[in-house]
Amino acid sequence: MKEVWVFIEQEDGRIHPVSFELLGVGKRLADDLSGICVGILLGHQVSSLVDEVFSFGADKVYLIEHEVLSYYRHIPYAKALSFLAKKYGPEILLLGATPLGRDLAGGVATLLETGLTADVTELEIDKETGNLLMTRPAYGGNIMATIICPNHRPQMATVRPRIFPMPERKPGRRGELIVERVDLYEEEAGVRRIGFLPKEKTVNLEYAEVIVAGGKGLGGKEGFEKLRELARLLGGEIGASRLAVEAGWISYDHQVGQTGKTVRPKVYLAFGISGAIQHRAGMQNSDLIIAINSDPKAPIFNIADLGIIGDWKILCDALIEAIKRHKGN
Amino acid sequence: MLRILVSIKQVPDTTNIRINPETGTLIREGIPSITNPYDIIALSFACYLKNNYGGKITVITMGPPQAKSSLREAVEFGADRIILLTDRKFAGADTLATSYTLAEAIKYLQAEEGPFDLYLFGKQAIDGDTAQVGPGVAVRLQVPVITQTVKFETLDLEKRIIRVHRKSENGIEILEAKLPVLLTCDKGLAEPPFSPFPLILKAVKAEPEIFTADGPVNYQREKLGLRGSPTQVKKVYTPEVKKKGKIVDLSTTPLKKVVDEVIELLKSKGIL
Ligand SMILES: Cc1cc2nc3c(=O)[nH]c(=O)nc-3n(C[C@H](O)[C@H](O)[C@H](O)COP(=O)(O)OP(=O)(O)OC[C@H]3O[C@@H](n4cnc5c(N)ncnc54)[C@H](O)[C@@H]3O)c2cc1C
Ligand SMILES: Nc1ncnc2c1ncn2[C@@H]1O[C@H](COP(=O)(O)O)[C@@H](O)[C@H]1O
Repeated sequence: MKEVWVFIEQEDGRIHPVSFELLGVGKRLADDLSGICVGILLGHQVSSLVDEVFSFGADKVYLIEHEVLSYYRHIPYAKALSFLAKKYGPEILLLGATPLGRDLAGGVATLLETGLTADVTELEIDKETGNLLMTRPAYGGNIMATIICPNHRPQMATVRPRIFPMPERKPGRRGELIVERVDLYEEEAGVRRIGFLPKEKTVNLEYAEVIVAGGKGLGGKEGFEKLRELARLLGGEIGASRLAVEAGWISYDHQVGQTGKTVRPKVYLAFGISGAIQHRAGMQNSDLIIAINSDPKAPIFNIADLGIIGDWKILCDALIEAIKRHKGN
Repeated sequence: MLRILVSIKQVPDTTNIRINPETGTLIREGIPSITNPYDIIALSFACYLKNNYGGKITVITMGPPQAKSSLREAVEFGADRIILLTDRKFAGADTLATSYTLAEAIKYLQAEEGPFDLYLFGKQAIDGDTAQVGPGVAVRLQVPVITQTVKFETLDLEKRIIRVHRKSENGIEILEAKLPVLLTCDKGLAEPPFSPFPLILKAVKAEPEIFTADGPVNYQREKLGLRGSPTQVKKVYTPEVKKKGKIVDLSTTPLKKVVDEVIELLKSKGIL
């Protein structure tokens, strides 16, 4: 039976949501191959997470627990993951394109001497050959390239958070658990963590339901104050284009796009954003896009569900008033 | 004395890229080549370390003959030895073949002049954006890797321990590694130094050593270039744009009507 593997990224006993998104895709690909979707869980005292992995669609879980895996280091994690892959020969191996997933994937692909495609945005099984079609943006998002890895297994890819939707969670869903052992030694890790500085105020852009985003067209820092008020009324987060970030109006944490975050909120409101291809790459999967721009030719209008030609400030003020009124009664 | 290896890549400046919409290929005319910006950070960090701890910097790049200009630039950062890996047989390499080609060259250099203490790579190359080559080379050299290094703290030459900061999903990890280690360099690690005039002069005249598929490194041919690359490009195309939605113009439609429409949409999504 062909196996589609998803590396379950966990830190401090919390699973990164991208792993669940990948279980959703993994399940679809496994169905197309008449195979199964498998979660790979590595860590120290993480067996309590297994049920969660099943509940998001894994048919099977391979688990390795070891003290040396208590926090992420490249060498022991790569050793454990490649050990499993060599033993069980998966058809496909997917990882999140997170700082951890990218660090791990490059090493594991080398240990397995197989191909690896980065930052994939579409995954499909070729009906004729059964190969995985991995599509990713190239040259700054100006073109898309479909990559295959026909003669080597596993076919490996990293996928950014929020490219694929979150699958439905079915509590109580079960699967097969296989516990494996691998010899790991602290000395071979080579790297030791001696401190950690948590991010100050985390902007949870990737998983926000509403994003109020602003671009160069806001004209200055104060523009974002207005957007903040609107975002607060809607329970949303603030997004920004690269030019707004580069102008120093808002921090990089808010940047949406190819070099920023990929988002897929229910509603994306774009104020004074031209909609360059690199920006669209990060937000075109939003359910509903509302854009306001004074230039009727702005490319953002090509992907907006509702495009409003006009001055962002007038609309923003009117919206704030209207929502306040709406909430009042 | 520190022995530092820096691996750099010349890339098209993707800020000004144009694509032929019919063929989906890059229009190369008039696109300047630059040294990958993250590799400039790696070079700057190498320079900082050399100035503060003493040492020797060796810089390698794999690419077409024109990549020479990036190696000359490296001399301005204090590179002592520059090497260009160039051969048609290297062409078309994916990250697996690239890491093989680079790692074998590095092993050759180490056999010749002794092991390096630090291997510095860019966080990623801005043309491919894969960030895979650094970890790949580390695995082949069997040294630990720290990716997305954003800050240098200390280096203890006696104990051979370096302390750096790494960007992770939830914050900054403070890590210690024993030398040798491979770092991939991210924004914040180091600033380009001021190059003294004699170095600039030296750079202009610098000629790199040329390594090819035939020597001096003993390569397994089937692991090079297109042949050694498990991944293949099946097709390229320009991304389709979603179909146009509704457009309203505030100069012809009353503001209140537009606002009402936005409110209705927000309600339909359960936001209000
Ligand atoms: C490799 C690469 C990666 C990149 N990555 C990203 C990325 O991740 N994210 C990103 O956003 N960009 C990215 N960019 C930059 C991108 O190409 C654009 O330059 C950027 O998105 C433009 O930002 P903007 O829309 O805010 O500014 P502009 O393009 O200047 O657009 C401002 C818009 O505001 C409108 N406007 C002006 N005044 C008003 C007003 N009063 N009311 C309403 N509208 C008004 C204007 O008509 C204009 O359309 C990248 C570029 C490269 C080369
Ligand atoms: N052809 C090359 N020659 C030398 N170094 C390279 C080459 N390709 C990639 N690198 C190094 O690997 C890093 C990451 O590249 P990439 O994995 O392609 O994003 C770069 O910043 C360089 O340090």
